[in-house]
Amino acid sequence: MSAPLHFQSIAALSAKLAAGQLSSTELTQAILARTKAVEPRLHAFNSYDEADALAQAAASDARRNAGQSAGALEGIPVGLKDVIAVAGQPLTASSKMLANFVSPYDATVTQKLQHAGAILHGRLNCDEFAMGSSTENSAFGPTSNPWDLTRTPGGSSGGSAAALAGGAAVATLGSDTGGSIRQPAALCGLVGLKPTYGLISRYGLIAYASSLDQIGPFARTIEDAAIMLGAIAGHDPRDSTSFKTAIPDYRAELKTRRGPWKLGIPKEYFGAGLDPEVGAAVEKAIEFYRAQGCEIREVSLPHTQHCLDAYYIIATAEASSNLARYDGIRYGHRSSSAKNLLDVYQKSRAEGFGDEVKRRIILGTYVLSSGYYDAYYLRAQKVRTLIRQDFLNAYREVDALITPTSPIPAFKLGEKSADPLAMYLCDIYTIGVNLAGLPALSLPCGFTTSGLPIGLQLIGQPFREAALLATAFTYEQAHAWHTQFPSLS
Amino acid sequence: MNYEAVIGLEVHVQIKTHSKVFTRVGTGYGHEPNTLTDPVVLALPGTLPVMNKAALDAIIKAGLMLGCDIAPLCKWDRKQYFYPDSPKNYQISQYDQPICIGGSVEIELPGAARNVMGEHRKIPLTRIHLEEDVGKLNHHATDSLVDYNRAGTPLMEIVSDPAMHTAEEAFAYLTSIRNTLIYGGISDCDMEKGQLRCDANISIRPVGDPKLGTKVELKNLNSISYVRDGIAHEIKRQLALVAAGGKLIQETRDYDGEAGTSQSLRSKEMAHDYRYFPDPDLMPVHVDAEWKEQIRTQCPELPFDKQRRLLSDYQIPYTIASVLIAERELSDFFEAAARLAGPARAQAVGNWITNDLLRELGAAKIPLSSSRISPASLAALVQLIDAGTLLNAAAKEVFTAMFATGESPSEIVARLGLSAAPTDTAELETWCREAIASNPKALTEFKAGKDSAINAFKGPIMKAAKGKANPKLVDEALRRLLAVT
Repeated sequence: MSAPLHFQSIAALSAKLAAGQLSSTELTQAILARTKAVEPRLHAFNSYDEADALAQAAASDARRNAGQSAGALEGIPVGLKDVIAVAGQPLTASSKMLANFVSPYDATVTQKLQHAGAILHGRLNCDEFAMGSSTENSAFGPTSNPWDLTRTPGGSSGGSAAALAGGAAVATLGSDTGGSIRQPAALCGLVGLKPTYGLISRYGLIAYASSLDQIGPFARTIEDAAIMLGAIAGHDPRDSTSFKTAIPDYRAELKTRRGPWKLGIPKEYFGAGLDPEVGAAVEKAIEFYRAQGCEIREVSLPHTQHCLDAYYIIATAEASSNLARYDGIRYGHRSSSAKNLLDVYQKSRAEGFGDEVKRRIILGTYVLSSGYYDAYYLRAQKVRTLIRQDFLNAYREVDALITPTSPIPAFKLGEKSADPLAMYLCDIYTIGVNLAGLPALSLPCGFTTSGLPIGLQLIGQPFREAALLATAFTYEQAHAWHTQFPSLS
Repeated sequence: MNYEAVIGLEVHVQIKTHSKVFTRVGTGYGHEPNTLTDPVVLALPGTLPVMNKAALDAIIKAGLMLGCDIAPLCKWDRKQYFYPDSPKNYQISQYDQPICIGGSVEIELPGAARNVMGEHRKIPLTRIHLEEDVGKLNHHATDSLVDYNRAGTPLMEIVSDPAMHTAEEAFAYLTSIRNTLIYGGISDCDMEKGQLRCDANISIRPVGDPKLGTKVELKNLNSISYVRDGIAHEIKRQLALVAAGGKLIQETRDYDGEAGTSQSLRSKEMAHDYRYFPDPDLMPVHVDAEWKEQIRTQCPELPFDKQRRLLSDYQIPYTIASVLIAERELSDFFEAAARLAGPARAQAVGNWITNDLLRELGAAKIPLSSSRISPASLAALVQLIDAGTLLNAAAKEVFTAMFATGESPSEIVARLGLSAAPTDTAELETWCREAIASNPKALTEFKAGKDSAINAFKGPIMKAAKGKANPKLVDEALRRLLAVT
């Protein structure tokens, strides 16, 4: 028995499209119908444009009929986090500041997806300016987890995760600054990949923390993640931090790389605060790899305890600067009660930004201030170097690292929103990867007794996404977690 | 107590590149507001800067011309402050690692007289760094409009040591920087278009005191003469204040060139905290030796090096040399013409250029590059005159025709019949005999040994020849005839 269209993978759907058993218009109609059905319960979208999606689908069908099919993503509806620019579509960052902003230009990943024939469907909800771990910081209201509507899908890319888990897209893009793809993927039972810093162009991604931000895919399967990654990776002359490197055929490489691998278990990632059910599921995954003939070694990342501190200095410093452009002068929210220039700045920003964004701007402004720079920002950068060195040292012994993605499964909406520190701890296993610029992914590795998904994190070596995906693929092939779907009740 | 002033200048110069420093949109002046913009210039959400290599090439060239050390790494920092002319509310600049370090600017002070070269001196530089220009605010009665055409234009900031002591030195410094950068094709340095802007840091201290006094930053010195006048005014203001028992405060003052006054903009207490930090959107750029050497080959001779060379190689007077070096093309033109005309005629070539050519170009309001007179034709003109074939009076007419038509001087001489060479020696001898016969007094004087008496015969001869006689030949013929008379 096959799953309904809206729960099928890119690989399965593209085969049907290629065989002429399905048109992009039919698929897009199915996804739109599903979106309409589940969106009142999920609130995964900030907006979507039905007519536009159908027009794209018709154009895709016409290309296919003319023999110009672009590949696996041709005709596949893909949703974008509302921090990625699409010309002519709203770009809000889930902020009141940009509530009425329409982007006049495309992000590089947008152009790449269009080039690959994808149907761009919807603007997906997230924490405001990607700052948060629950999507509750959205100015337009929180998103619910399809596995339990009273719980968060995680964040900041919660809309990207919930839409996909709920069947309102076939794949989605998110952005990951401290875990914002991997943690929601874990909490929603999906594959979420944060590529190596520099593999994906950031041009057209609203910047939160420039040295940490990276766009990446959410997918139902590792194979789908490989397809998505192949479509969006590559050097971009418009992003100086994008890296010139050959892009392999990630999908093809899944089947050629077989291991066994040497896998490291960082002992600092299994300490206090780890939910026992999550810990047990991850242990079982480790046992699976051992049974496959992989060498499992305990390793140490001694500076792990400083990750959160370094992150909240570096990320907020960059954010305070990146968000300075939202001033009510050229675009975005301008206070109607402003009477002079200072008013325009102060009132527009006071009204346009939410609490968490303000908190991070203030923190970031403070750590860059004269007299504090050396003690905070400069020291955090030194710590960051040590953290990266920890990982590179570990990679002298092992090929990849295995950890839990999130210390806990999906938590209740509102449970942590009054306690920023408790919220920050959600990212404890994901943040180091961003500081070190490494690739990492989360894939489903089980469910709690109450039916909430659990995610396994695999951390790879710089620009070795093909090996990382293959390692995950080996596990996925032997498990069926990805064939279970939420009931949305 | 005797005081001396200490002056340091911060000079901002727009680099002449086709596109902006961090995006591809074009640069320019005088366009419709906000037409030279794109998503990057306007700092739309999600946009990123990408460095324009041409801007870095240009500042490295400037640094090499001014003898700076070029840093092996070009690193970018964000300078943060809120103002509507700055689209990102930070400016991409260089904070602790400028691309050019040290170096100096050679200046020439006014001489004792116009035709006497003044003292040359080197003003040491602290640094030169690259940054992006900001937009422009236009204030109206009830609101202000902002034009981002200028925003993102590559801008270099040249910072001198506090090593100048008079307004004249500052004036000479700015003039020299301007000439040097124009020579290098780095900027047009048009102050009216804001391509060169200057702020001055001025303090006074008792003569002999090694410590610097309280500094005042003077802004809005937007013409070269305002730089001189504004600094002179500020020194006077500080001296008067101290003489009256007052105390100077560290502040920024705005100079009003028209009124010749200044007023305080802000004091030190209100100074910005720019919260500089490395720009995470831009990777540092390595500048290796090969890159530097490649740019070094494009560096032209410096204006004052050229001045020294023109003086020694061509033996021309200082006044001519100083006019010639004002423009690189002018001295190039001179050297090309002087080489063709021959070393003995260099001064004549220089005179023609600095007097006649510049006058004609000025009257026609065209640049030298549009001149129809080539170095070769000017050299030919000077040679015709020197050979006696063309008289000075007629030569002016020939020059005017050359400027108008671009013909060679010999073509014009032939066309207008201006040749001074008499074809008929017999005719010349007849005129000479008549002249000698009609002036017995001069003949007696000449015979008595007064050589200059010979000139008395020449007027009537020239008159008879309608001005076309070659004075050399006339002189020769007269002496030959006088010897036998």
